Parts: sequence; C-alpha cells; structure tokens
Amino acid sequence: MMTRILRRLTTLLAAALVAAPVVAADTFVFTAIPDQDEARLMERFSKVATYLSDQLGIEVKYVPVKSYAAAVTAFRNDQVQLAWFGGLSGVRARLLVDGSEAIAQGVEDPNFQTYFIAHSSTGLKESKDFPKEIAGMTFTFGSKGSTSGRLMPEYHIREQFGKKPDEVFSKVGFSGNHSKTVALVQSGAYQVGATNFKVWKRELAEGKIDPSKLSIIWKTPGYPDYQWTIRGDVDARFGAGFKDKVQAALLDMKDPDLLASFPRKGFIAATNSDFQPILDTARELKLVD
Amino acid sequence: MKTIADAAGVGRPRYSAAVRVSTLFVAIAVFCLAFADIAITTLDPWSEMQRMLLGVVTPDFFAVEAIGTAVVQTISFALVGVALAAFFGIILAQFFHIGPVRWACAIARSIHELFWALIFLQMFGLSPLTGVLAIAIPYAGICAKVYAETLDETPAAALNALPAGVSTISAFFFVRLPDAWAHIKNYTLYRFECGLRSSAVLGFVGLPTLGYYLQTAFSEGNYSEAAAQLIMFYVIIASLRLWMKPKLVGLYLLVAPFLLGGASQIRWDNVVRFVTEDIVPAPLRNADLLDPQAWSAFGDWLMMMLGDQALPGIVATVVLTQIALVATAFLTLAFFPLISTKFFGRFGRGVGHLFLVVMRSTPEFILVYIFLQLWGPSMLPAIVALALHNGAIIGHLLGRYSDEIRLRPDSASGFNLYAFEVVPRMYGQFLAYLFYRWEIIMRETAILGVLGIATLGFYIDSALADIRLDRVMLLLLVTALLNLGIDSLSRRIRAGLRLSTRIDSCRD
Repeated sequence: MMTRILRRLTTLLAAALVAAPVVAADTFVFTAIPDQDEARLMERFSKVATYLSDQLGIEVKYVPVKSYAAAVTAFRNDQVQLAWFGGLSGVRARLLVDGSEAIAQGVEDPNFQTYFIAHSSTGLKESKDFPKEIAGMTFTFGSKGSTSGRLMPEYHIREQFGKKPDEVFSKVGFSGNHSKTVALVQSGAYQVGATNFKVWKRELAEGKIDPSKLSIIWKTPGYPDYQWTIRGDVDARFGAGFKDKVQAALLDMKDPDLLASFPRKGFIAATNSDFQPILDTARELKLVD
Repeated sequence: MKTIADAAGVGRPRYSAAVRVSTLFVAIAVFCLAFADIAITTLDPWSEMQRMLLGVVTPDFFAVEAIGTAVVQTISFALVGVALAAFFGIILAQFFHIGPVRWACAIARSIHELFWALIFLQMFGLSPLTGVLAIAIPYAGICAKVYAETLDETPAAALNALPAGVSTISAFFFVRLPDAWAHIKNYTLYRFECGLRSSAVLGFVGLPTLGYYLQTAFSEGNYSEAAAQLIMFYVIIASLRLWMKPKLVGLYLLVAPFLLGGASQIRWDNVVRFVTEDIVPAPLRNADLLDPQAWSAFGDWLMMMLGDQALPGIVATVVLTQIALVATAFLTLAFFPLISTKFFGRFGRGVGHLFLVVMRSTPEFILVYIFLQLWGPSMLPAIVALALHNGAIIGHLLGRYSDEIRLRPDSASGFNLYAFEVVPRMYGQFLAYLFYRWEIIMRETAILGVLGIATLGFYIDSALADIRLDRVMLLLLVTALLNLGIDSLSRRIRAGLRLSTRIDSCRD
C-alpha cells in the first residue's frame, strides 16, 4: 500500500516537473465550445486531435476552454485556428475574424432542435403548440452564448409572448451548459428549461434522465447549428491548400467510434451563408451588433 | 409622572455612537432582506448534501492525474504574482504621497482578480501572463498602500539622526526599511496566502490552477475528487510557514516562472486591438468624433447601459453586500469564542481552530459555488458563504484579541462573561474589522455575478459572453467607483467612531 502511494506520488511529482507543455509554433490548435460535461469533451476531442494529426501529418492539439466566449476569443486571437462552434458562437467568431470560414457541419446540424423540458411537478405534457402555460414559472437557459440553449429558445419565447424572458418568467437562469440544464430541471432547481436535443437523447440513452421527473414539453422547428470554422490565414501559415486538407479530413471522418462521440452520423460541407438565419435572429435579439 | 431619568435631564437613554451605527446597519440589512431573493430552489437539497459529505469522507487523491500539476501551478502563479506585486508595491510606496499614484493603486485594488483575469484573457488569451498580471496588479495596489503606511509609521528618530547629505535611497535601505522590515515581511507572507486563494480561483476562468479541476469535479458531481483537491489546498495553506522559508524564497522564485505552463504565444496586435478598438464604446468606434450624431448615439448607449444594467447591478450588489456584512457580524460573534482561552478548553479550541482555518482558507468564490450547487440559484448561497468566510477571518482575529483581555479575578464566566464583559470591551475592535471587510465583501459580491447572481458581475459576464468589451469596461468602471465609494464611506465611519485605522491582516 505504502509503496503504491509512494509510486503514485513520484509520478505526480514527475508530472508536475514537466508541467509546461510548450506549444510549438507549427502546431495546429483547435478548441470547442464547452457545451456539455468536460470529461466527455476531453474524451471526444483528444480522439479528434489524434485523427487530424494522422490525416494532416502535423501536430494537432485540442485546448479546452471554460466558456463559449473564451472559445470565440481564442479563435479571434489566433490561439486556436479551428473550432467546433455552435451556430451563434460561429457567427460571432466569423464576424470578428475576416476571411474565416465554416467548412463542415454534422449531417444533423442543418436541422437542429431545441427541446423545452419541464419537471414533472409542473404537470406539463408534450404538445405540438408552444406551451404558453410556462409563463410565470422558473426557467433556465444553457450558456448565455449558446444557440440551442439561449438564442433559439429566447427567440421563440419573445415571439410567443411579445416580452423579454425575464418579464415572462418568475426567474431566469443560465445553467452554463446543456448537461447542467438537464440536471437543474431534474433536481427542480428550475421548473422549465431549454436544451440541445442531441444532449437530451444521449443523456436519456445513458440513463441520466429519470422520465418520471423530467419530460419534453415542446420541440422547436429546425435551425442550423454546430459547425467547424477555420481561420482564413491558415494557408499562409501551414502551407497552400491546408484549409482544403482540413476540410477533407473532417468530411472524411468515418470512424463510428469517433462520430458516436459527437454524436453525429457524419460530416458534410458547410458555408458561411448556411448560418445566415442564425445571424439574422441574433441581430433581432440584439445579441450581435 | 417624573422618572429619575427625566429628573437627571436625560430624557431617554442615549446610546453610544457605536451602538447607533450598528443598529442602523442591522436595520438596513433587514430592509434589504425584504428585496432579496433567498429561496432554496432545489427540491431535494439534502440528498445532494449527503453526496457531498460522502465525498468529503472518501477523498480520491488519484482521480485526476493532473492534480500534482494543478497544485504546482497554483503555487507558481501565486509566487510570481505576489513577488511582482511586492516589488512594485515597495516602489510605488515611495511615491504614495503623490495623488495620481494613490488613485491608480486604489483603482487597481478595487477590481477583483477574476475581473482582471477576464480583461487579460482578451489580450493574452490563456497565457501565463494573464494569470500573473491578474494577481500582480490588484495586489501591487494593496501592497503599495500597506507598505506606505508601514514605512510612514517607522519612528522618525533614526531618520532625524542621519547626517546631512545622506541620499534618500541610502536612508531608505539603511534606516526606514530595516525598521519596517519585520512588518513588511509578515504582511507579504499573508499576501502570499491570499495569492494562493486567488490563484486557485483563477482556474474557474480556464487557467490551469486548482479551481479548473475543482469546477469540473463539482459540476459533474465527482465530490470525492473535489474533496481531494480542496484537502490538498488546505494542506498547502496550513503548511505554509513550514515551506515558505526566507532562505528558500529565492530558489522558489527562480523555478516558479518555468512551472506556469501552457505557453501560448502572445500577439501584440491583439493587445493593440483591445486598447484601440474593442474597449471604445460601440457608437464611437469608427465614427467621426466631430459628428454630433455619433455623440448622441453614445449618449443613448450610455443611458441604456446605466439604466438597464449598471443600476440594477448596483442595487443587487449593495443589497447582497449589506445583508452579508451583517450576517458576517453575527457569525463573528458566534465564532470568536471557539478559539478563545476564556471560553473553551484545549480540545474545544482545537476543533474551533480547525473549523475557522477551513472556512477562511476556502476562497469565498468556491464556497458560494458549492452552496449554489446545493440550494439552487438565489442570494442565499452567497450570503451564507460570505458570512462563513468573513466571519471565520474576523472571528479568528477577535479570538486572539480576546485572549489578551485581562480579567479581574472575580469576573463572571460563561455567557455572562461573554455578553457583559468580553464583547463590550472588544466592540470597537469588532466594528473596525467589520468595516475593513465591508469593501472586500462588496468586491467579492460583484464578482459573484459570474456565477449567476444578478450583481454587477452578472452583467459583466453577459457582456463578455457577447464579446462586447466596451460594455465590460464601462461596467467594470462602475464597479470600481462603487467600491471606492464604499471604501471612503467606511473610512469616514471609522474616523467618526474613532476606530483604530490599521489592521493589516484583515485586508484581503
């Protein structure tokens, strides 16, 4: 026992001493919006880094960030050159970085959905029409910068009630990410919430959702969401045709294990104009100038 | 009917100024409570608390491979940050009599480390410089002030005895500094302890310190892992005086900069863009500054910002601060006897010390975060956490102070001793400590907005989420001014009550 602990301690110490992983200048770095549990993101994107590294023949590194805004800022400041953004964060990033482009999206992303979910104590059931009964209840979004957790649900709430969310609900919160939204509504901390349908389906499959406590009450119409966005200056830095190589590598991702970690059926090409509806909505809600 | 009091011309009992001020503050807090949202919103907080407690008794030190790295980096950021702060603090202290220097220091320390970190993240990204500056800048402001006050209070006799022609620099190194040295050294060590707390909390915005892993562990409910990290942190702080030896400081400082980790490149065009574009109010950006239309748009922008965001933010910040301040006062009165020789034996005091050390070592930001997980979003978690943390700090100081009170041989004991002798005799000191913490509580209250409580930090966080840095800067300015206002009000009240004006270890 004692020797085991000692050995672990030595490993820890050694790890500490080589703590500074210096990023070489020619490393291709990417990030992703922290839209769900971090352990899961880490698992998914370290696989992606290995995959891209094999495909591109250079070192590829994933840098985790703590917020949607941090992902956009890192992209803007060229500390990452590629990012897995949501619709809104992608639109923001491309407005801030001239020449940046959306190059790939999941098969499911052009038709993404937000689920409105409610705790069983509200007595609400799933309906085709927007559940107007949620007025006066407590409500949580996901991250402030999320498309499926903030932008689209807020858009529908304003459209239905003609008022801002904090005028519709008795309390409005921002859980931070989709997993957290599910957990907070399940615990009853909020009565109603809005979450990403992909995260919902997975948590349901994993048994994290107790159907006796939590149910879907409304599904939004589809809208474009996640995409890979790359900076415009990568060809100058990593060699001509680099952007196309990255795009080809992403579209060519066929490993079921890798795709399941997103989860997406596969990736298809994307362009900036695919996300025009998101930009228009964000402008309407004054989330983007 | 005439009473004796009337006959004596007293009319009604006259309370001392200290009692009147206390009553006023309690009344304000009760008034604020009427507007505060203090509901427990989780349906079953107890099951979550049980899981947390289970985590505490089953800490898992090997859950995160990176925990060793996190500990080393937490210490490294604190070391480098505080060393820079102490270095610039001692220089700035020489010029502290100059108004603008004093004001710049006041502004630097009125903005919380996490806010500084959020600013530097925009310029330098997740580079080590972000974390170092986030600690060094506010701390330099605090150090400058304390060092200046300390140096001012060194006895003038030695300085007067110097022969004519001795340079100011020689006089400083050979006369003023040696006199103040012990005090400066102690204070800097205390600052380093605060630096460790700040460093840990910086992990919440993405720097590779303990807070980073702590937040992940908490948000995913891995309480054994979170407990292990917190215990590591307590061990670092509790053993501080064992490993922080004067002889080793030089060695630590040589090594620390290389252990900060994650060296992403700093690009100066990002810094330039931040200063020349990002923080310029949107209506004036790329506008013709001679165009009255731009200025009228700016006026609208300013009114919108102040009315829709700054004002509600200020109200919530003040409401929460006042409640937390009074809650701190009550907890302090409950806590200090725990470590006082006048009230508890050796064993009782040991337990008391352990409790107070844990409470004051845990950064209040992390305490609030924990309580938010338990009780759901409202002001309650913030009030309880701020009161526990600050109550433990002041309780500790008061407890030590109470040991020095000399009692008559026939003095009462137990509750009578507490209520009718010890508390009244220490009441001035108690108020002085509280008024010192007032400004610190407010600074902390503002940052808690980042966790979702609608104080000023909430609006700052929202503006950051929209990458609207002009709004961020305006709201930060409002936060700084509010803090300076409280600081000056507190100083006036202390002067009015003739409370002692210097208590270094109570500043944070």
